Amino acid sequence: MAAVISAAGLARTFQTKAGPVDAVRGVDLTVHEGEILGFLGPNGAGKTTTLRMLTTLLKPTGGTAAVAGHDLATDPAGVRRASGYVAQSGGADPGIGVREELVTQARFYRLSKADAVARAGELARELDLTDFLDRRTAALSGGQRRRLDIAMALTHRPKVLFLDEPTTGLDPGSRADLWDLVRRLRDEHGTTVFLTTHYLDEADALADRLVIVDGGTVAAEGTPGALKLRYGGSLDATLQDTFLAVTGRAPAPAGDAPVAV
Amino acid sequence: MTPQEPTGMLLHDTALVYGRYLRQSLRSRFALLFGALTPLLYLLFFGPLLTGLPLGRAGSSWQILVPGLLLQLGLFGALFAGFTIIMESAQGVVERMRVTPVSRLALLLGRVLRDATVFVFQAVLLVLAAVAMGLRAPLAGILVGFGFVALLTISLASLSYAAGMKVRTPQEFGPLINAVSMPSMLLSGLMLPMSLAPAWLNVLSHFVPFRYLVDAMRDAYVGHYATAHMLYGVLVAVGFAMLAVTAGTRVFRTAGA
Repeated sequence: MAAVISAAGLARTFQTKAGPVDAVRGVDLTVHEGEILGFLGPNGAGKTTTLRMLTTLLKPTGGTAAVAGHDLATDPAGVRRASGYVAQSGGADPGIGVREELVTQARFYRLSKADAVARAGELARELDLTDFLDRRTAALSGGQRRRLDIAMALTHRPKVLFLDEPTTGLDPGSRADLWDLVRRLRDEHGTTVFLTTHYLDEADALADRLVIVDGGTVAAEGTPGALKLRYGGSLDATLQDTFLAVTGRAPAPAGDAPVAV
Repeated sequence: MTPQEPTGMLLHDTALVYGRYLRQSLRSRFALLFGALTPLLYLLFFGPLLTGLPLGRAGSSWQILVPGLLLQLGLFGALFAGFTIIMESAQGVVERMRVTPVSRLALLLGRVLRDATVFVFQAVLLVLAAVAMGLRAPLAGILVGFGFVALLTISLASLSYAAGMKVRTPQEFGPLINAVSMPSMLLSGLMLPMSLAPAWLNVLSHFVPFRYLVDAMRDAYVGHYATAHMLYGVLVAVGFAMLAVTAGTRVFRTAGA
């Protein structure tokens, strides 16, 4: 499988009044085409900073990365054309209507006016927003809003979709819908999805492969099963235990007992 | 380095951003009119106090006061423009735009041109009210005055948006703007001409760029266009606008600034 995202030694140091803070200390990772990658880590591990670098919002202070063949440093415009991004906060203006947001975003991606209007209708159908097109985004429920954010990120049919904690604050039904949506994007459009989450059940259910970051570097990576086996002690281990073992935030699994298979 | 975007795309994107924010302004008609309230109150309740006073300049008191009030409108209004970008940053709107290929410069220019449009519109309303109060001035001079309002708005809004991108919280932004706006207003002689001031204050006021704008506008309002004041006013207004837009562009181009 071809790599659609590759990063080597990606790092970001923030200069603060209290001195330099190394938010990301050198992340190496590869994401394959059509993969759903779960990017996990405790608060402050550098997940959002990594995501903001990979989406050209933040310039790395070290290392290199490429998204869909476009180098972050030399071709940020190429990266932007190839990727969509949904921030934790979302990105819709509460005072603006759903239709206008979708059309404007399409125009930002340089679609013609007619194409932008057509694409807005298409996305609304695909993400079940058709009934709300004439509402202000402030009037949407949490789940509807999140679908709008994702629709805006899908305007230009990106090869890679970055989602930063997409299900935080959603009710269980909306979360399940969102999981289905992510799977559908991958299955029907071959979209590579790079998502961060704090919900380990979500990572377990959705991600083909996990990358766990801690302290600004990659602490572990692999399929959920492989990680459970290696760090949790068994395939039946919970991802919770595995995560805690990797990040050292809880006692390691007891003893040196042989790995149960 | 980021390659420069082609001019055609810059115009396309600027028109897009301008349209978005202008529609936003038009949706809140109340705010559109409310912005002109402070200078209107000055016009109604302060202006009449000056009609019988010797102000040390050619023209009626209205020809001296109205240019100052128009610049006051631009000064206070445009300096606070950055508040909106702080709100938009918190809502994620700024980043959602910045992940698209849209021109970074257009994200600034579209907003700034919207502000210029809104403030010139408010300036027109204010001048109409002033005419009702007794202002008589040549049309050409009034139009030149709108040009100065537009340039001032473009400059200050650019700086304000740049500050809003840097500061990030309203709690820091408010005091910063107050610290700039009040001295700027008092030291540039917007309310009363600096020709009334003692020498030290007059000298000090020459370090505030708006002083040159208001002097030039007052000349325009009495129909004097080929004066040294006008020359300095145009030079300062254009130079300041170029500097401010350059500074704003730099901040908007820097990713994650």
